[in-house]
Amino acid sequence: MTYQNVALFADTYGLLYLFVLFLGVVAYALWPRNKKKFDHAARIPLEED
Amino acid sequence: MFSHARIEKNSILLTVLTLIVVSIGGLVEIAPLFYLESTIEKVKGMRPYTPLELKGRNIYIREGCYNCHSQMVRSLRDEVERYGHYSLAAESMYDHPFQWGSKRTGPDLARVGGRYSDDWHVAHMNDPRSVVPESIMPGYPFLAETPLRIDQVADHMAANRTVGVPYTDEMIENAQADIKGQLDPFSDEVDGFLERYPNAISRDFDGNPEMVSELDALIAYMQMLGTLVDFDAYKPEENLR
Amino acid sequence: MSVQETAPGNTVISWLMGVLLLAGALIGLMLTAFAADPVMEFHGLLFLLFCVGGVFFLIRYGSAKDDGDPSPYQDSVVRAGVIASMFWGIAGFAAGLMIALQLAFPVLNFDLPWINFGRLRPLHTSAVIFAFGGNVLIATSFHVVQRTCKARLAGGVAPWFVFWGYQLFIVIAATGYLLGVTQSKEYAEPEWYADLWLTLVWVVYLLVFLGTLWKRKEPHIYVANWFYLAFIVTIAMLHIVNNLAVPVSLTGVKSYSLFSGVQDALTQWWYGHNAVGFFLTAGFLGIMYYFVPKRAERPVYSYRLSIVHFWSLIFLYIWAGPHHLHYTALPEWAQTLGMTFSIMLWMPSWGGMINGLMTLSGAWDKLRTDPVIRMLVVSVAFYGMSTFEGPVMSIKAVNSLSHYTDWTVGHVHSGALGWVGFVSFGALYVLTPLLWRRSQLYSLALVSWHFWIASIGIVLYITAMWVSGILQGLMWRAYDSLGFLEYSFVETVEAMHPFYVIRAFGGVLFLAGALIMAYNLWRTVRGDVRVEGVAAARPMAAATAAE
Repeated sequence: MTYQNVALFADTYGLLYLFVLFLGVVAYALWPRNKKKFDHAARIPLEED
Repeated sequence: MFSHARIEKNSILLTVLTLIVVSIGGLVEIAPLFYLESTIEKVKGMRPYTPLELKGRNIYIREGCYNCHSQMVRSLRDEVERYGHYSLAAESMYDHPFQWGSKRTGPDLARVGGRYSDDWHVAHMNDPRSVVPESIMPGYPFLAETPLRIDQVADHMAANRTVGVPYTDEMIENAQADIKGQLDPFSDEVDGFLERYPNAISRDFDGNPEMVSELDALIAYMQMLGTLVDFDAYKPEENLR
Repeated sequence: MSVQETAPGNTVISWLMGVLLLAGALIGLMLTAFAADPVMEFHGLLFLLFCVGGVFFLIRYGSAKDDGDPSPYQDSVVRAGVIASMFWGIAGFAAGLMIALQLAFPVLNFDLPWINFGRLRPLHTSAVIFAFGGNVLIATSFHVVQRTCKARLAGGVAPWFVFWGYQLFIVIAATGYLLGVTQSKEYAEPEWYADLWLTLVWVVYLLVFLGTLWKRKEPHIYVANWFYLAFIVTIAMLHIVNNLAVPVSLTGVKSYSLFSGVQDALTQWWYGHNAVGFFLTAGFLGIMYYFVPKRAERPVYSYRLSIVHFWSLIFLYIWAGPHHLHYTALPEWAQTLGMTFSIMLWMPSWGGMINGLMTLSGAWDKLRTDPVIRMLVVSVAFYGMSTFEGPVMSIKAVNSLSHYTDWTVGHVHSGALGWVGFVSFGALYVLTPLLWRRSQLYSLALVSWHFWIASIGIVLYITAMWVSGILQGLMWRAYDSLGFLEYSFVETVEAMHPFYVIRAFGGVLFLAGALIMAYNLWRTVRGDVRVEGVAAARPMAAATAAE
C-alpha cells in the first residue's frame, strides 16, 4: 500500500461516495413528503410534560 | 406489533449509520499511519529506554510534566534555532504513550539531554527559582528524598515488549542490575549494562550515591532526551514524503 | 410498550445487577488484598464499598415498582444528576481557579506532590468536562429522551447504576490524579481499570437510552435524541480505541499504551478533538435543540436544517484531529487533511448556531425579560464564536503562531465557559423548578446577576489569553537586527504574568456566578420564592404553573 494508491482512491471513489451521501441527506431533509413529519417533530418539545 | 418492530429498527439504524459516518474519518486518517512505509523515517541510533530511564519517564508522566512541556520541535526556523533539529517520528517510536505535549508553559524538552549539568537539574528540581528566578515551575524537592521503587521494573519492560518495544530476554532479566550499572560507573554491573544499551550514560545523577532516588531516574531520563539519533548519518532526502 | 414497564423485566435487571455487584465486590476485595501498589489498594477498597453499597441500594429499591419513583417519568435520577452537576461544576471551577493562581503565583504549588500544577491540571479538565459536563449530559439526556418519547426510562434500576457508576468513575479518576496515577493522554488520563469500568457504565447508558427510544409513543425520534445518541455511541468508540493499553500487572495501576509515537499521537488527538466534537458539542447541541425551543416556547427555527446540521457535523468533526499536530512529525498529508476538514466544519457549526438563534425570531423580547433564555442564547453565540475561531486556528500558518500558547487555552475556554457552561446553566435553571414541581425559580434577579458576573469573567479570561498567547507566540519567533532570536524562553514566561493574574480574576468571577446559581437552585428546591419587582417577573410563570 503506497501513499499514491490511497490518495488516488480518496480523490475519486472516496469523493464521489461522500458527495452522494451528502446529497442523500439533503434530499431526505428537503423531500416534500417529509415536511409534515418534520413540522410535527419540531413541536415535540413544546408538548406538555 | 409490526409498527413497534419497525420503530425499534429505526433507532438501531440511526445508531449504525452514525457509527459508519463517524468511523470513516478515523479509518482514512489513522489506519494508513500503520501501513504506509513513509510514516516513520529510517534513522540510526534509536534504542529502547534503559530500566532507569524508563522509571524516570514514568515519574515525568506521573508528575504531569507533559502539561507544560512539549517534546516535539516543529519544523519552523525559530524552533530549530532555539531547540535543535526538528523532531523525527522515529525518535518517539518507543514512547508508549507519546509525550509530544500540547502546551509550552515551559520550554520544549525534546532535546534537553546534555544541555544542562546534573547539578543544575538537581538544584532546579529542588527549587526552580534558585537557578531561574523568573520560572513559574513547581518545585519537586520530594523526588530527591523518595527512594526509587525498582522491584517491578522487569514487569514494566515486559509490558513494553508486549506492545512492541524490542527488549530482549537478557535486558529484562538484568533489569535491576542495569539500574545499578547505570548509576555507578565503577560497579561490576556497568560492563553488561553498556553492552546492552550501547550509547547510554553511566553515573550517579542526583549527587547522592547513598540512595537510588526518584530524582536519579528523572535526571537520567532527561539527560538522554533527544540525544539518540545520529544526525550526521541522517539524510532527510532519503525520507522524502 | 406495556411489556417493558411491568415488573418482571425490571426484576430480572435487578437480579442481574445484584449478581454483577456481588462479583464486583469480590473483585474489589481481591484488588485490595493483592494490590501491587498502595493506590490500587485504595481503589480496590473504594470499588468494594461501592458494590456493597449498591447491593443495599438494590435491596431498598430494586424490588419496588422499579426504582421507588411513583411518577410516570423517572425523574428522581435526573434530580440526582442536577445536584451532581452543580456539585462537580463548583469543584471543577474551583480547581481551575487554583491552577490559574498557581501559574500566576508558583509558590501556591507548596512543593508538594499531591497538589502541584501537573497533577491538578488533569483534575481540573476532567472535573469540568467529565464530572460537570458528563453529569449535565446524562441528566438532560435522561430527561429529554423521556419527554420527547413520552416514555419512562427503560431498565428499572439501570439508570441509577449509570448515575452512581459514573460518580465512582469520577472519584477513582480524581483521587488517582492526586496520587500520581495517569496515562498522560490529555482528557483520557484515567488508567486502564478506570477505563474498563467506564466502558461498562457507558454500555449500560447506551442500552438505557436505546431502550427508552424503543418504548416511545412518538413515531418520530426528536432531533435532540439524535445528537445524544451520536454522543454516546461515538464517545464509546473513541474511549475504547484511545485507551487500548497493556497493564503491567492485573493488580497494579500502571499500563503502557498499545500505540507509540506518531500513531499514538494521532490516535490521541483523533480522540481529543472528538471529545470536543461529540462530548462538548454534539451532546450539548442535544441540550440546545430541546431546551432553547422549550424555554422560548417556539419550535426550532428549521427542523430540516437540524437534520443537515446533524449529519454534516458528525461526519466532518471526526476528521479534524490532525490540526493539533501541525508541523510535527505527523505525515504532511494527514495535517493537510485535518486542516481542510476543520475549515469545512465551520459551515455546519454556523448552520447549527443560526438554527438555535433564529428559534428566537419573533420572540426577541424574551431576551430582555427572561435571563434564562438570555443565558441560552448567549451560549449559542459563544458556540458560533468559538466554532469560527477554531477553523481559523486550524490553518497551518495561524497554527504555527498559536500552537503551544495560551491562545489555545483561551479558545478552549470561550467554548467551555461560554458555550458548554452557559447552555448547561440554562438547562439546569429550566430543569430545577420542573423536577421539584416548583412554580418558578427562587429568583430571576439572581439569574441575571449570575449571567452578568459570569459573562464579565469569560470576557476577562479569553481576552487575557488572546493577548498572552499572541504575545508569547510573537516573542518566540522574534529576531533581533543581527539575526539572532531576540528573547530567551524565560523572558516570554515573565511577560505572561499580568495576563495570568487577569485570567485568574476572570476565574474568580465565573466561580462566583456558579455559587450564586447553587444558592438560587437550593432555595428553589426548598420551595422559596423571592419577592421581586415587575421587571424581573417571569413571563412564563403561568405556563410552568400549568405543568
